[in-house]
Amino acid sequence: MPGRARWPLQVAENSLLAARAVEEFVHVTVCSRLVIELQRVGKRYRENWVVRDVTMTIARGELVAVLGESGSGKTTLLRMMNRLIDADEGVVKVDGRDVRGEDPVALRRTMGYVIQQIGLLPHLTVGANIAMVPRLLRWAAEDTAKRVDELLELVGLPAAQYRERFPDELSGGQRQRVGVARALAARPRVLLLDEPLGALDPITRVVLQDEIRRIHKELGLTSILVTHDMVEAIVLADRIAVMLRGELRQLATPAELVRAPADDYVANLVALARHQGEQLVALR
Amino acid sequence: MLAGLPPLLASHLELALIALLLACVISLPLAIIVASRPRLSFAVVTAAGIVQTVPGLALLALMVPVLAKTGWLSPFGFPPAVIALTLYAILPILRNAVTGLRGVDSAAVEAARGIGMSPWQILHIVQLPLAAPVIAAGLRTATVWTVGAATLATPIGQPCLGNYIFAGLQTRNFEMLLIGVIAAATLAVVLDALLGATEHALSSRRKRRALIPAAVLAVLVFVIIVVLPRVAGGERGVSTGAIATGPTDAITRVRIGGKTFTEQYILVELVRARLEQVGIAADVAQSLGSTVVFDALVNGDVDVYVDYSGTLWTTAMKRSAGVPRWRVLAELEGWLATSYGVRSLGALGFENAYALAVRRDTAERLHLRTVGDLAAHPELGLGADYEFFGRPEWAALRTAYGLRLTRTVTYDPALLYEAIGRRDVDVISAFSSDGRIAAYDLVVLDDPRAALPPYDAMLLLGRRVASDRRLTCALASVHVDVEQMRQANAMVDRDGKTPRDAGTWLLARQPKPACDVVPTQP
Repeated sequence: MPGRARWPLQVAENSLLAARAVEEFVHVTVCSRLVIELQRVGKRYRENWVVRDVTMTIARGELVAVLGESGSGKTTLLRMMNRLIDADEGVVKVDGRDVRGEDPVALRRTMGYVIQQIGLLPHLTVGANIAMVPRLLRWAAEDTAKRVDELLELVGLPAAQYRERFPDELSGGQRQRVGVARALAARPRVLLLDEPLGALDPITRVVLQDEIRRIHKELGLTSILVTHDMVEAIVLADRIAVMLRGELRQLATPAELVRAPADDYVANLVALARHQGEQLVALR
Repeated sequence: MLAGLPPLLASHLELALIALLLACVISLPLAIIVASRPRLSFAVVTAAGIVQTVPGLALLALMVPVLAKTGWLSPFGFPPAVIALTLYAILPILRNAVTGLRGVDSAAVEAARGIGMSPWQILHIVQLPLAAPVIAAGLRTATVWTVGAATLATPIGQPCLGNYIFAGLQTRNFEMLLIGVIAAATLAVVLDALLGATEHALSSRRKRRALIPAAVLAVLVFVIIVVLPRVAGGERGVSTGAIATGPTDAITRVRIGGKTFTEQYILVELVRARLEQVGIAADVAQSLGSTVVFDALVNGDVDVYVDYSGTLWTTAMKRSAGVPRWRVLAELEGWLATSYGVRSLGALGFENAYALAVRRDTAERLHLRTVGDLAAHPELGLGADYEFFGRPEWAALRTAYGLRLTRTVTYDPALLYEAIGRRDVDVISAFSSDGRIAAYDLVVLDDPRAALPPYDAMLLLGRRVASDRRLTCALASVHVDVEQMRQANAMVDRDGKTPRDAGTWLLARQPKPACDVVPTQP
């Protein structure tokens, strides 16, 4: 039989097909959970690497805190996700697609972005600030108006009372609530938060931490929160990524981090947070 | 006196607005391009600043030879004026726009980028609105400057409120001077206030209120540029329209040029009145710079004016003194005709030369008749105008007569005669046709060695009108002797009459035009 000689080939081919099917199955089940994927990502300014060889995946619905001191590269890492900065090395994928193939402006409109300085436009009302991205996306006026009211209620500002106000008529905490509402206007599935609470007073900060957690849950978002506050990270995050001098030192759940710090630096951070907690407890 | 105001106000505003508009069109995009590049914006703003350090009058005057060299645009009137004023207005607009754009809250820009605005959207939704108050302040500064500096466009042939100011200063008519100054200042203040109100309303939260000052501004501009000149009727005294060029059978309308001193204002009126007698209408472009008016004649922007042989001999032909009067006149006329097609109608009959004058009692006491007689009296004080001691005429006098006068004082021309009247000085530099020579009873010293070139007044005709029979016939018979010219000058300088009165007075001393008065073509 002429076909006899070919059977090993046939077997090889079939097993290859089977392997592909398995791979595809794994990809579908696992990768549908991977929203953001960083593969050996690096960024440098001249000879100075601000982010070096960072690999991490963030699953759908997760809230990951990127923790580090200033200069650790945590903000750079965040900004590479929506192409405010382009990586020099490695690949950044969002929803399985390399961001370098995406139009940066379109990409950013699918991801909410909140910064510490808030950056509301002082010459526009609260309503107009929130409506900015829907307007750029040419939503119908009534849809936009409805969405603005919805979002104001979501962030705890009664729409009728706040819609027509200007940013300078609000407190810092209220302004950041508007900042969050603006970020969520076009129904993004990813929310990037760059030290959103860094400039707020402690009480407001705690209140807004709860709000962010609540909104994250309620809308089923995938959120990345940059912070330098260990306690904030522990309270809010599902997982914490600890950055030091551009490198990712540990990526783990808060419990794991506390139980098994990967190195002295992480251990030190944990010890500091624990010490603060103990001092507070001792005051009782 | 106010009858001439509406058209001058209109062309003044038009000039300033077009210059401002051009300056905005250049500065704003430039500011947007350079604002994000600190080194480049430093270089650009510095370059604009250097332009700004050139005095306004010099920048305007500079545009005339520049345009004449390039040959794209007429170097007379509107084009050089608008280019110079545009250059002048660039700095405040550019600098404020760069400052404003760079001062925009970086957090607002960062957030705008982060939520997905394109660079263009960031520019017009975030940066420009936030920088608007600073940009508007620059525009207001530029407006005030430009409206003010536009008064300097008169000497390069652009009618504007400066016509009042230059004529008022030169003929010592302070009423006229004040009209020009007050009109320009009022215009600047009103435009600034309306722009300010518009900007204030725009940057406030009730943007609709900006409509009121903006509408007032638009109506004001419309009324001044379009309505007022029509209501006031005619374009008496100025013309902004171009003269028809090319050969025509009979000239019916000409433009008379004039320089910036009393005698010239009077002669313009004399020529205008003379041409009216034969049915030729005339526009006037007066208060022109000395070289500007000659270039304008050569280029056909002016048809007729009176110049002085010595001036053209030294400045246009670049020859030196020491040549007899008749040869200067003859060679100059030939040179003008062959080089430029400019026709001279010959000497008017008087000279307006630099001369040295002394009080009659001094002349009698020291027996002074000629400049040479001064050589024996080095103790005498000599007063002169700003230019005199730097001019070749003074050097020529000293060498020719061995003058050793050491006590020399510089005066404003208006104060020179008072100085000699008060005996502060004994000798002054004078213009031989000045009415004040007679008024102060001065004696003009002779110049037998012809150290000073002759300054015969001569009527010059541009190429377009040079061979028009009616025009040449009417003007060729005009004759003014030095005594008449002195009296006419004195009527204005001393008695406060207008140049028109003096021109009419001179016309009455002319023979009737002996040419056929051709009826104006329908």
